[in-house]
Amino acid sequence: MSNKGTVVVGMSGGVDSSVTAYLLKEQGYNVIGVTMQIWPIDQETENVGGCCSLSAVNDARRVADKLDIPFYVMNFRDLFEIEVIDYFTSEYLQGRTPNPCIACNKKIKFEGFLNKARALGADFIATGHYAKLFYDKSRSRYVLKKADDKTKDQTYALYNFTQEQMAYTLLPLGNYTKPRIRKIAAQLELRVANKPDSQEICFVTDNNYKNFIENRVGVQKFKPGPIIDTKGNEVGTHKGLANYTVGQRKGLGLALGYPVYVVRIDTENNVLIVGRDEEVFQKNLISGENNFILFDDLQEEMEVEAKIRYSAHPAKAKIKPWEKGQILVEFEEPQRAITPGQAVVYYRGDYVVGGGTIMKGF
Amino acid sequence: MRRVYMDHSATTPVRPEVAQVVTKYFTETFGNASSVHAFGREARKGVETAREQIANLIKAKPEEIFFTSGGTEADNMAIIGTALANKDKGKHIITTQIEHHAVLDTCKYLEKQGFEVTYLPVDAEAMLDMETLKKAIRKDTILITIMHVNNEVGTILPIKEIGAIAKENNILFHVDAVQSFGKLPIDVNQMNIDMLSASGHKIYAPKGIGCLFLRKGTKLSPIMFGGAQERKRRPGTENVPGIVGFGLAAELAGKEMEEENKRLTKLRDKLIDGILEKIPESQLNGHRTQRLPGNVNVSLRYIEGESLLLMLDLKGIAASSGSACTSGSLDPSHVLMAMGICHEIAHGSLRLTLGKINTEEDIDYVLEVLPEIVEKLREMSPLYNSIKLERREECSKCTLTK
Repeated sequence: MSNKGTVVVGMSGGVDSSVTAYLLKEQGYNVIGVTMQIWPIDQETENVGGCCSLSAVNDARRVADKLDIPFYVMNFRDLFEIEVIDYFTSEYLQGRTPNPCIACNKKIKFEGFLNKARALGADFIATGHYAKLFYDKSRSRYVLKKADDKTKDQTYALYNFTQEQMAYTLLPLGNYTKPRIRKIAAQLELRVANKPDSQEICFVTDNNYKNFIENRVGVQKFKPGPIIDTKGNEVGTHKGLANYTVGQRKGLGLALGYPVYVVRIDTENNVLIVGRDEEVFQKNLISGENNFILFDDLQEEMEVEAKIRYSAHPAKAKIKPWEKGQILVEFEEPQRAITPGQAVVYYRGDYVVGGGTIMKGF
Repeated sequence: MRRVYMDHSATTPVRPEVAQVVTKYFTETFGNASSVHAFGREARKGVETAREQIANLIKAKPEEIFFTSGGTEADNMAIIGTALANKDKGKHIITTQIEHHAVLDTCKYLEKQGFEVTYLPVDAEAMLDMETLKKAIRKDTILITIMHVNNEVGTILPIKEIGAIAKENNILFHVDAVQSFGKLPIDVNQMNIDMLSASGHKIYAPKGIGCLFLRKGTKLSPIMFGGAQERKRRPGTENVPGIVGFGLAAELAGKEMEEENKRLTKLRDKLIDGILEKIPESQLNGHRTQRLPGNVNVSLRYIEGESLLLMLDLKGIAASSGSACTSGSLDPSHVLMAMGICHEIAHGSLRLTLGKINTEEDIDYVLEVLPEIVEKLREMSPLYNSIKLERREECSKCTLTK
């Protein structure tokens, strides 16, 4: 056994986590591979996109055999169902747009999985996320920085890290680009080297989240109601608020003589508010359930760059402590489609300051 | 690192004598047993010798033994075959809640086809009550299918008494003997058994070979078609090396049974006593005495079986929680549930099954390593710590811990 310690690598069967396991082994860690099984048994179908399907388990097992490391499957089905799938469904039903990957990172990977790995006596866990995590002596804190490969950077989905979790976590891919990782996988002759990147929500196999929610909670939860424009005129009927997200244009079924977008979702009155493109822009938002990485709590106003969805560019903003532990984010320029339920993540340069859940935009 | 294999109920290593003869039938005596030429005749001779060896072990006639690919296939053949052959007589089948899934899932399939199945409950030690069985019998009951030894907790069911009841009521009786064949004395006549499933790889023969004992004159519809092998009951070219190996393994098991059982019982009891003594809040699952000599199944409270298995593996100890076929699913064992053990305790169950290759040193090693691991896991368990504070109230649903 190596003196660098034992690390349990979460292996999804994809190229990133496979190479993660390889790199750590090369660095002299005692590596154990684990696939987190999150699928209810009867849903284990051969879907390509999902990261933790049955075929993924088989892929991960093959990689572990190739790397000659012990490999186990850990069961997270119940936890995943409660913390990710139920959350996902209930958020949509409340008119918000959830981010299940963030929930999965927070509750499954860096909580449930981390705890199980520690119970096994592991010194660390590791994942194939593109982000840099290290101890910053000058701050006396663990910090999170954007990956070198900016197109693959996943810090947006990792802002919930606690200091304790970070002390037990290794993210070795932060210094690599995706093409480089694929090249390493190919050199190792891993079958997964050319596996496509997973894109969509892993448990929504047909890419149709509406069907997924309908199958889970029943069609009766989709209550039709009025669509109004920003001036209060009723312009149509919606098919249940879970079908919509702020900024959406497609699927509204309206012809008002100008392009129409979802501006706001009012679950209290079961009303969908639509408007012109410029009406989808807002300058401020309130975030809740904030977590900070650079410090414990936000004490005073701070200038940051804030990112309101995975694909958005960080935009200049000020963050200020607000009532009930919430944070007020004031952007310099109006932002398009500030979407309740999505995360807002604050950066300073490449460093993650922290983040929270968008409660409302205004 | 020391490696200790304690999962003999999952599978066993092929014993050297058997491996030797199997190899010979792969490379030298490789003929098709149905061929007329000398190569075929030699292979046929091997198959028929094996049939005798197996028949002898359970006091059956050689022509009552039909080779299959294993225990699961034999169970399917017996249950579906009987149901189809007797569907005009009745549609009711009796089994227990603690059968292997090879039986349970086959019964569930038949339910979908219009048959009715009674799943008998068991008591806290996985023992079956004969009165419960008698009450379940109906006029249209065509089959009783009950296992000899439970694969998870090792309880030995009263097959002779069940056989007598079946005979009295003129109902066919099938026994899934995968965990007892070659390990416990079986007499199909004395026990009134009409059909019996057995498997090779549980008794040091290769995987992929098993058999069904089918009493002469018992009606059984085939579930496979395509050749005259095994008198059309199980068509397909015979797995001659497997069959020959199975035969030899059965004969050797019979010869060594008494001696080996004494040895295993001693080791088993030492392991059980050691665990119960060294690990607080541990309990034995299954019957203390009516128990397969090599079976140890314990529940260790506040522990997840999954983490325990992983840590044991990292220490070189091969064990299982529940049966190997269902682990990975990690739903609490249906056997422990049927015994009335609550979810939380069932999750922390550990099965150690001993066999030929285990020694007293193995037992000592497990007794040294296991308590340490349990202590470590309990330290990490939020449940254990929170309950420690609340002075651990007993779960009201548990029948066993009180």
